Amino acid sequence: MSKKVKGVIARFSRERSNLIPILQKVQAVAGYLSPEAITEISRFLDITENDIYSVASFYAQFRFTRPGEHSVKVCLGTACHVRGGELILDSLERELNIKTGQVTGDYKFGLERVACVGCCALAPVVVIDQQDVFGKMTQTRVKEMLAQYKKGRGRKAK
Amino acid sequence: MTFAQIKRRATAEWEALHNNGKPRIYVGTATCGRSSGALKVLERIRAELQKRKIAAEIIEVGCIGCCYLEPLLDITKPGRPRISYSLVTPDIAAQLVEDYIVNDNPRPDLALGTIGEGSIDNIPSLNELPVFKPQVRIALRNCGYVDPGNINHYIARGGYSGLARALEMSPEQVIDEVEKSGLRGRGGAGFPTAAKWRTCREAPGDEKYLICNADEGDPGAFMNRSLLESDPHAVLEGMLIGAHAIGANHGYIYIRAEYPLALARLRNALKQMEDYGLLGEKILGSKLNFSIEIEEGAGAFVCGEETAMIRSIEGKRGMPYPRPPFPATSGLWGKPTNINNVESWGSVSAIMERGGEWFASFGTEKSKGTKTFALAGKVEHTGLIEVPMGITLRQIVFDIGGGIPDGKDFKAVQTGGPSGGCLPASLLDLPVDYERLTQAGSMMGSGGMIVADSDTCMVDLARYFLSFTQAESCGECVLCREGTMQMLEILTDITQGKGKPGDIDLLVELGEAIKKGSLCALGGSAPNPVLTTIKYFREEYEAHINQKRCPARVCKELISYHILPEKCEGCLICLRECPTKAIIGDKRMIHVIDQDKCDKCGVCLEVCPAKFSAVVKVSGEPPKTPKEPIPVGSWPKG
Repeated sequence: MSKKVKGVIARFSRERSNLIPILQKVQAVAGYLSPEAITEISRFLDITENDIYSVASFYAQFRFTRPGEHSVKVCLGTACHVRGGELILDSLERELNIKTGQVTGDYKFGLERVACVGCCALAPVVVIDQQDVFGKMTQTRVKEMLAQYKKGRGRKAK
Repeated sequence: MTFAQIKRRATAEWEALHNNGKPRIYVGTATCGRSSGALKVLERIRAELQKRKIAAEIIEVGCIGCCYLEPLLDITKPGRPRISYSLVTPDIAAQLVEDYIVNDNPRPDLALGTIGEGSIDNIPSLNELPVFKPQVRIALRNCGYVDPGNINHYIARGGYSGLARALEMSPEQVIDEVEKSGLRGRGGAGFPTAAKWRTCREAPGDEKYLICNADEGDPGAFMNRSLLESDPHAVLEGMLIGAHAIGANHGYIYIRAEYPLALARLRNALKQMEDYGLLGEKILGSKLNFSIEIEEGAGAFVCGEETAMIRSIEGKRGMPYPRPPFPATSGLWGKPTNINNVESWGSVSAIMERGGEWFASFGTEKSKGTKTFALAGKVEHTGLIEVPMGITLRQIVFDIGGGIPDGKDFKAVQTGGPSGGCLPASLLDLPVDYERLTQAGSMMGSGGMIVADSDTCMVDLARYFLSFTQAESCGECVLCREGTMQMLEILTDITQGKGKPGDIDLLVELGEAIKKGSLCALGGSAPNPVLTTIKYFREEYEAHINQKRCPARVCKELISYHILPEKCEGCLICLRECPTKAIIGDKRMIHVIDQDKCDKCGVCLEVCPAKFSAVVKVSGEPPKTPKEPIPVGSWPKG
């Protein structure tokens, strides 16, 4: 496990109430919660690994496998649902050839659904890498949207 | 520093900003503005001002609630009212600098309205526009008007004077004042705030906690996010007032991690409070000691329920526990704990500033004051609104919301998110308050309001909400865990044309049982979307079950796409775009969809040029089409 992760954990006090904040920080640094990281947290807080998995698996935020380079999140909030968000998700699954929750074989893209990103006026919405918001999406724009990330390292670097 | 000194400093800064003779440019940079490109507008404005060597003030403000008009840019020239411009692109922004700031042409053609005293020819006053006129802004009073990153703006507009007033009163007097206002919990349950506070105040123990519930999990709801991003101090001041009234010295803000901007603005606001001695020991020279900590939620909807939230803060799985004991007597770490929603705290600061009676002058007999709603779905003016309780659904959807887009018909309005219900056109004149919404089978909820039109399938919408609550059920109560699963399976069958006679009665029976047999509000309200759609739109369920037809043409298994031979010009566009290669044809040959290959994505309908409009979606009897491609024009007319 990286020194970085150890360093992150060491900044907290050894209290149970810090478990979720620690998991959040570790994931922010390492991208996901590896078995090694869980072991380290278990030692640090003196909580069993089982207990930590039970908490971590309860919350949607935590991942136990390596994420893709670009996270593609399709909003399926109510406004997006009534405006066809499901069809956008379908076409992304088709285009990336993976199911929701999976990562492409080359670890380039990960596809997820989210409950609501809160910009309902732009429905249906896709968010890539937390910050690039694609509003009023149509199925025909999916290909062109992904192309920007396939070439370089995101549309900012283009 | 005393409050008088703080106020003097803030007012001086505010007045200097407004009286320095420079034009002021306001850009709305809350999440909705940013999603629509507000930061690019801001960048362009900066570059344009620099290029032309113009001295102007640029102020980043929050959201006035008109998401459909973002990005918004306002300009004030000295001695004139502020002019609001909507749907601004970087190019329009640069043009406005040249036209209005340099050449004094206010461009009424681009303007939305004016704000403040005075008028400008050919530009209406913003507050007279139908979208604003019925609104009363209390919780959202500063949103769009102050820089949320600057505490002095908030103070100059009256902020923290409610706290200063509260600190001169006894805690009991403060609770009495809140009681006079009639404020009830804005998270949706509607429990009287003063009663909640009093129980917690009277609970034995020296150590008490406050929690601000900002775990806004309802899909389609963004009231709390907007308020925290646009005016964080309104909420934080409310918490300080609550701390004084209850006798708490530590507070938590439990906020969704998915709200990065709100988090950043809260952190910045807390820092500024510390600098002014509004946090820590002996706040404003009083006996009040109070600190606030931010707790990031980790994505579990049930944590919006107060007992689940308490467990989550303690570092555990967020599963609700039975009440009593209520959190007010035994909550966080077994200590008395008071939890209120973001909007409640934001209203408390206004109540203490202007008085409980003033607040109670809005609203209905049992539901006082105002309520914010996130209006979205099939409505022209998507956005955040704040209206007096008692306003009708019709006023909200048609006056403020501007009605249904594309000339479609209104079908239903869904209030209360996954816990609420769908109300039909016959209830459009229902006044919105806690009791009346509950009587109609829905609930106030936190304020999500989704409009459905004739293209929305009510069975599918009910299935959507139930799939959400089913996935978010924490698993503790058997009826919620297993019952929502069974209901979802039945609903899925119905939407796939596999519904059986008797399914509707079974859904009702299951729904009633889940409501009775669940510990928390998640299970207690999860069946509402299904029960209300059965109550008001039973015929749609029957069409799915008996005729295997989806009247709104939404449910994939019950629809099919066809190319009308009399309209198809054989242009190849849909054939090329079809992702499953289900369309056969050739140039100038009428295209035909192979129904076995078609996965009903609707791309063909999307791409067929409007001048042809040859693709149709049907549920039920399909139109007559050739079996194989034939030359354009060879299909017999009539």
